[in-house]
Amino acid sequence: MNLEVFLFFVFGIIAAVTAVLMITRRNPVISALFLILNFAALAGLYITLNAQFIAVTQIIVYAGAIMILFLFVLMLLRPDNQKKLFELNPKTKIFAMIIAFVVFVQLVYMIFFAGPSANITQDVSKSVEAGTIESIGRELFTNYIVPFEAAGFLLLAATIGALVLAKKKFD
Amino acid sequence: MIITIEYYLILSAFMFLVGVTGVLINRNAIVVFMSIELMLNSANLTLVAFSSFLGNSIGQLFVFFVMTVAAAEAAVGLAIIIAIFRNKLTVNIDEINILKW
Amino acid sequence: MRDLIYLTVILPLLGFLINGIFGSKIKNEKLIGIIGSGVVGISFLIALGAFFETLALPLEQRQKIVSLFSWMVVGKLNVSFAFQVDQLSLVMALVVTGVGFIIHVYSIGYMHGDKGYWRFFSYMNLFIFAMMNLILADNFVLLFLGWEGVGLCSYLLIGFWYDRKFEKSTVAEASKKAFIVNRVGDFGFLLGMFLIFMTFGSLNFNEVFSRAVSFNVPAYVYGFIAIFLFIGATGKSAQIPLFVWLPDAMAGPTPVSALIHAATMVTAGVYMVARTSIIYASAPQIMMVIAIIGALTAFFAATVGIVQNDIKKVLAYSTVSQLGYMFLAMGVGAFSAGIFHVMTHAFFKALLFLAAGSVIHAMHEEQDIQKFGGLKKYMPRTHITFLIAALAISGIPPLSGFFSKDEILWFSFANSGLFLWIIGAGTAMMTAFYMFRLYILTFDGKERFGKDKHPHESPAVITIPLIVLAVLSVIGGFVGIPEVFSGEHGNQFHNWLAPIFKDADRKLAHFNLYSHSTEILLMVLSVVFAVSAIWFARYVYLKKPSIASDTAKRFKGLYNLLWNKYFVDEVYDAVIINPIVKTSKSFLWQIADNKIIDGVVNGTAKLIDIFSVNIRKLQNGVAQFYALVMVLGIVAAFFWIILSL
Repeated sequence: MNLEVFLFFVFGIIAAVTAVLMITRRNPVISALFLILNFAALAGLYITLNAQFIAVTQIIVYAGAIMILFLFVLMLLRPDNQKKLFELNPKTKIFAMIIAFVVFVQLVYMIFFAGPSANITQDVSKSVEAGTIESIGRELFTNYIVPFEAAGFLLLAATIGALVLAKKKFD
Repeated sequence: MIITIEYYLILSAFMFLVGVTGVLINRNAIVVFMSIELMLNSANLTLVAFSSFLGNSIGQLFVFFVMTVAAAEAAVGLAIIIAIFRNKLTVNIDEINILKW
Repeated sequence: MRDLIYLTVILPLLGFLINGIFGSKIKNEKLIGIIGSGVVGISFLIALGAFFETLALPLEQRQKIVSLFSWMVVGKLNVSFAFQVDQLSLVMALVVTGVGFIIHVYSIGYMHGDKGYWRFFSYMNLFIFAMMNLILADNFVLLFLGWEGVGLCSYLLIGFWYDRKFEKSTVAEASKKAFIVNRVGDFGFLLGMFLIFMTFGSLNFNEVFSRAVSFNVPAYVYGFIAIFLFIGATGKSAQIPLFVWLPDAMAGPTPVSALIHAATMVTAGVYMVARTSIIYASAPQIMMVIAIIGALTAFFAATVGIVQNDIKKVLAYSTVSQLGYMFLAMGVGAFSAGIFHVMTHAFFKALLFLAAGSVIHAMHEEQDIQKFGGLKKYMPRTHITFLIAALAISGIPPLSGFFSKDEILWFSFANSGLFLWIIGAGTAMMTAFYMFRLYILTFDGKERFGKDKHPHESPAVITIPLIVLAVLSVIGGFVGIPEVFSGEHGNQFHNWLAPIFKDADRKLAHFNLYSHSTEILLMVLSVVFAVSAIWFARYVYLKKPSIASDTAKRFKGLYNLLWNKYFVDEVYDAVIINPIVKTSKSFLWQIADNKIIDGVVNGTAKLIDIFSVNIRKLQNGVAQFYALVMVLGIVAAFFWIILSL
């Protein structure tokens, strides 16, 4: 039992458990907080995968910006607490869960029997090399400059759109 | 035991399906959006896992873009929810069925 | 001139269009009449020119095909709008256009004052167009076009006074009856055409007839073709069992009866049998059937004609009877004799009808001969021409009827034996009797009409056609003087038509067993029968009319049977028409139409309605539901991927 395995299991279990807890809570604010925990666990997982830049970006962008936005909207709208899980439409909900389980089984099957993933072994130095900011930045600003600019435009459009949609109408 | 890539992939699949279940089960629109974010993150996890195991940084580059798009989408989506809330005074999905036949 | 033969078809069509489209605007009756008669007159002249041109040509060149355009080319079927100018079609063309022209001129005077004057002439021209198509066609399809066309014109013209009553029902019913009965016959004709195409691979006359000689076709096929075509002929030419429309056709104006139901349309069946003579010659049993049906029709129609009291009805049954003669001729293999009788019958029957029309007009539309009598001093020209026609139809030499009727009787004896000759001779006697009964009751004896009727002679436009037809009835027979009298000249008419029938004659292989003296003996016998019948008619109706009424009372049952025309119409009604009407009303209408067909149509609509109502529920506006459906799609897609791994 080395550190790698231990860390994977710790962070993995936290991620899985918080995900399940998130969707089953009645109070939406509690759901949001569980999601933040989930993101933190994911960041830990990224670290075990030697993806330093992504881990940090995860915390900054997801946990630090997007979830704050969610919390602001929750505080603005103050929705009522949801009913208990199976109080309304139990049949549809059970059906949905069964379907999701079926897809999970299919995915597991495909993961194990579909691809050549059995032959992938981790080359640690390469993996460390791949996760550094330098290598990501080199690729981003040379070969993928156009998508980078396009992403900028996307953010601009999103900003304007959100502004227009959410502002109060002035009479 | 060694952590091979299948462990990460199965975890990612699990998170993805938890997100799907969250979309299908919840009544609060904002919680649905959070489940969607969960699904996006599971995809990110897959991408990073492959990138790490194959030693290629392009996977992580793509995660960067996914995060960008997720942020934009969350912003606009929440703006729409606010706009709907102004008209219907609810974020309950069952009651937002204006496109019914 | 032969190249212009298509004009004889096109000009009447033009007359139909002009009078039909502009007729109601043209206020001048004379102009309408001139247009209507003029086109037929020009057609007659063209036919005459073609005739003389053909006369001057040697035998091999006498047939000419004038093609207008190619009509249908489908696989093996190649039908064109083409006309065949040969000896047979020229004879028919001359009769149709000649007698037709005379009747058109007569109609100018007869239909004077009628509010549908222009309609009458346009329909008459349409009829001539269809009839010319029929007799000039060089293939079965064009013939059938004309066949149907004359049936249509018959319907239009019988029902000309469509708002009037006629006997126990209406004029409209009478015209409908004519059309429907004709249709039954036409169905048989169509079956015959299909069979011909199946057997010979073509519908063109020249091709079919040459293949009929050269192909090796089993006899029963010829039998079926012959009987089917003959069924069509019984409908068009009013033989047993489809003759019932002809007496009812008297609901139409008299010129219509003269043209269509005496001279031309009803002879279309005879022409058709003559044209397809090779097929009939290859089916001798069917020829016997035709001969027997013809003889029986002639006999029974004559018996009915004896007791009728409407002047046009007597003539109608007389027409049916004479048509029976023509088919008798065809049935015993005397094809040219049958066509000869067509020609002479056209002359004297048209004359009889036109003269009857003159009488009807003079008596202010009265048609019951019991109310006539003694008209000869008021209408001399009508009287003389009617008498000439009556003598002709009775077969008194040297008028035309004698030559044609006697030739038929001779051939029925020579080719078939005594039995048919006896029926034919008996019919001839009855013909003479009822014809002179008609003549005496109308023109001779005491006057039986009331003071309100003032009979007078008809104007020239009516009497001149009568005179022309009377002249033709007298001299028309001289082209067919039999060998007995003319020696080496032979029978001119027969020789003229002989090349048309040579294949059939060869197949039938009749032997000339009897000598000339037998022929003369039979001729003398038939004249004696006719004269005695005429004398007997004079005796009964002039001297002792009580004999007629007493006989009627004594044989009341027989008289009733004859007067009700053997109840044929009533039998048809009970056996065929009423069951069909009942089945239609109860089963076909209520069940098949209302329940089944409407059920299927409405049911389909209802099905789609139910389907759509349920499909609509898929769109409930809730986004999560759509997401669920998407996930289901993902499940399906993954299954597909897994299965293909």
